[in-house]
Amino acid sequence: MKTSNEIWKDRLNRKLPPQLAEEIDTFETEIELRRQGKMDEVIFAETRLRRGAYGQRYDNGQRHDGKETRTLAYDTNKNTKGVNTVWDAPGMLRIKIPYGGMNIEQLEVIAELAEEYSDGIGHITTRQDFQLHFIHIDDTPTIMRRLAAVNITTREACGNSVRNITGCPYAGVCPDEKFDITPYADALTHFLLGHPDAQNFGRKVKPSFSGCAQHACGLAAMHDLAYTAETRMVDGKEQRGFCFVVGGGLGAVPFQAKVFDEFLPMEEMLPIAQAIAKVFSRHGEKKNRSKARMKFLVKQWGIDKFKEEVLAERAKLQHDPRWTEFISRVEDNVEKPLKPPSDLPSIIIGEKLNQWIKTNVRPQRQPGYSTVTVALPLGDLTADQLRSLTDILREFTTGTIRTTVEQNFVIRWISNSDIPAVYDALSRAGIGSAGACNILDIVTCPGTDTCKLGISSSRGLSAQLRKQLDEKCFKLDEAIQNLHVKVSGCFNSCGQHHIADIGFYGVNRTVNGFQVPHFQVVLGGQWENNAGSYGMPIIAIASKRIPDALDRITNYYLRLRETDESFLTFIKRIGKAAIRQELHSLTQNAPTYEQDPTYYTDWSDPREYSTGDIGRGECAGEVVSAYQFAMTDAERMVFEAQIHLDENDAQNAGNEAYAAMLKSAKAIVQMKYDDVSNDADEIVEEFRERYYDTKLFFDPFAGGKFASYFFAAHDNASQAYTEESARHTIEEAQLFVEAIHACYNRLRQEGLS
Amino acid sequence: MQLQHVNIKMFVDGSLDVDPGKFINIFHAWIRDSALDGLLIDVADYRHVPAGPGVMLIGLEGDYNLDNTGDRWGLRYNRKAEVEGNNEDRFRQAIQATATACLLLEETLATEGPLKFSRQEFELCINDRAHAPNTSATLSACQPEIKTFVSQLLGHEDFTIDHDPAPRGLFRLTIKSAKPFDLAKLV
Ligand code: SF4
Repeated sequence: MKTSNEIWKDRLNRKLPPQLAEEIDTFETEIELRRQGKMDEVIFAETRLRRGAYGQRYDNGQRHDGKETRTLAYDTNKNTKGVNTVWDAPGMLRIKIPYGGMNIEQLEVIAELAEEYSDGIGHITTRQDFQLHFIHIDDTPTIMRRLAAVNITTREACGNSVRNITGCPYAGVCPDEKFDITPYADALTHFLLGHPDAQNFGRKVKPSFSGCAQHACGLAAMHDLAYTAETRMVDGKEQRGFCFVVGGGLGAVPFQAKVFDEFLPMEEMLPIAQAIAKVFSRHGEKKNRSKARMKFLVKQWGIDKFKEEVLAERAKLQHDPRWTEFISRVEDNVEKPLKPPSDLPSIIIGEKLNQWIKTNVRPQRQPGYSTVTVALPLGDLTADQLRSLTDILREFTTGTIRTTVEQNFVIRWISNSDIPAVYDALSRAGIGSAGACNILDIVTCPGTDTCKLGISSSRGLSAQLRKQLDEKCFKLDEAIQNLHVKVSGCFNSCGQHHIADIGFYGVNRTVNGFQVPHFQVVLGGQWENNAGSYGMPIIAIASKRIPDALDRITNYYLRLRETDESFLTFIKRIGKAAIRQELHSLTQNAPTYEQDPTYYTDWSDPREYSTGDIGRGECAGEVVSAYQFAMTDAERMVFEAQIHLDENDAQNAGNEAYAAMLKSAKAIVQMKYDDVSNDADEIVEEFRERYYDTKLFFDPFAGGKFASYFFAAHDNASQAYTEESARHTIEEAQLFVEAIHACYNRLRQEGLS
Repeated sequence: MQLQHVNIKMFVDGSLDVDPGKFINIFHAWIRDSALDGLLIDVADYRHVPAGPGVMLIGLEGDYNLDNTGDRWGLRYNRKAEVEGNNEDRFRQAIQATATACLLLEETLATEGPLKFSRQEFELCINDRAHAPNTSATLSACQPEIKTFVSQLLGHEDFTIDHDPAPRGLFRLTIKSAKPFDLAKLV
């Protein structure tokens, strides 16, 4: 779309490292080949994904405008850039920022790109990446060249590849770390990027690094590969290594990573990663995307067999000097301060500054210095703000900064006496908000704003919650201020709702014949201890009532908590049933459409929430109510399964979850075949024949994935459940029930029910 | 010098007395009704970003937004697609698109706002650093052309053109007319 693309190519290609220039030229050629129809659309789609060029909502050329689904008038003579993906439709570009480390030059280039090619906003993701939205595919090679000129790549930012390697933003300055993980994260990044053994995965691989086990910075438990710094004494000398865990992941069904090695010496970090890549390439699922993450291989094999296979592979690897070369350089790029250490002024004047210091400033390990968190609303900032940030870095630091998984920036090495001046400069730039990492600092995925899979508006909800909390946050009890809230637009958990104190993820429901955006309320997750535990959904509430739900939960906690009781302990003590009861009335007495049409819309979006006009045919009345009745039962059963699990009754938990799946499958089968019996085999058979084989149940994006959960639960109906397998069955039952809802809504819209 | 990707911002006259949230509804309606030329795709809400792009109407050929950059509200049009012809054609296209949207907004909000755009001041910028780096050389090269265009547009020469020299910014000019201009005549 830009007319200057050739100018940039001429200007930059000679300046780029030859390999990078060649890679981008190749991608440009692939774009041309696809444009001419000489490259298959599926292959081109994976190619662009591996270059970070991702799809965006409505890129199939269809959009519901609140009344009906309309075709957007794109030029239909052009080839697609993927299956059902219109060439000219705006897309997203994900920019990898390994361990979040950036410098001034890089920030300034991202500011320019946001301004010239995107919507003026740089967005930080929950994996420390940057994302630019509304990008035209034809501009992507130029953007990549401009990024490559400052040593940034988008390569393998998306697609079935090793994704951005995340790391503690406090690495090197944290008082609690064992050692600075930066050079190790850097070494793994460079080793795996484009590595031939890491090009044939069935799904993505997400690695992370943490400096310690107790804080949340690396979120080790939710990663495919996670390295937590460890030391041990050998012959009186300190040896560095990592507690290495594998097979974790959030997504629809979250898994806690398993310990591969309590102490992986740093010499083994790269060869073991390479061996895992080979094993995962060879044995990981390729056909069924929903079972293709590493967590499923680890689950299927068990950690002992997984480790055995990896070690056998490791033994066969040809020696690569890069495995250890980096070790002699680990001290080379240690960050230094610009200014000498100093003390914070003994009297700090101004309430806002004091609040900001309390929430956004942390002392470093090095006396006289602090880190400063720049809290960004929803991870967004403007090009001007990025440039202001670089001015601040120039004035107060040697020019480096880190992005965080909480979608913020951390500035390091601020000499303490400069803290008020840094605050003033940030405030002038509009990025001096207090509340970093507290209840105000809501983490959110893109949701329905730009994500093709979004069900509810996570960003709209987060903005609304922020607005609501902004007015009162610092007047709230400290226990409430310290809670973490995270929001995902769907079950895929990009907003990391499983590890929040209070998480929300988008679902939809039919109310009074209309679709209504809802969020599941997820409780019981833990952010600390590297994502120490995962929460589970307890109740679905209409999007517009979620602010009330948050108020109720926090007030309930305040009312009933015991002295110094943490939120997680409180949830465990009080029980999810009681909290569900506290929230229950929010699911009742929905206004009719006539009374309050806004109830039937999402936050920041006045369109009636729907993908088509929903009829309210009287002839379907009876069946619908029978269906809804059965589905209410199924949801209750999933919830009761959780209660069993909380009471350490894994067997009943698993059985109840399976029964909930049967109940909901029967409910939808009855839409077509009223006489179906209660016999499990018959329900499964009828469901398979009527909804699975016909693909009526298939989600446009997830396909038949959720049905496979149901079939597997049925096949294993007589199994003995462990705590872990029961937990997974509950998660799967929840998703299956949601998918039945979604299927029902789709069929109603299409008039097929 | 080819000045593609022209960006025009018409400032709100005085303070913005309309809730920016209202523009979300208006922009969605514009998409539904195909109220403007070109393909309109989606609405992006950035009200949470201080001094940011506010509420955006994303288009294929160009974006419109109720913009608060520099802490000053206005309606910005950002031309993304190539405009054929000469630079005057490009300036004119962007001015027309912006003025059309401004008039439509004024009309839509006449009873609730009201909303009024300035008739004496607007910003012109080139959203492309390769075509127009923000240097004095760019200013010298394109000032005569811009002056001629603005005097034709306003029908007089009683105006000033201020250049924002911020080295890392876009090439950006603020045009102030001594006499009010008729927005409808810019369309
Ligand atoms: S959680 Fe769902 S809506 Fe949010 S970004 Fe991920 S896939 Fe999209």
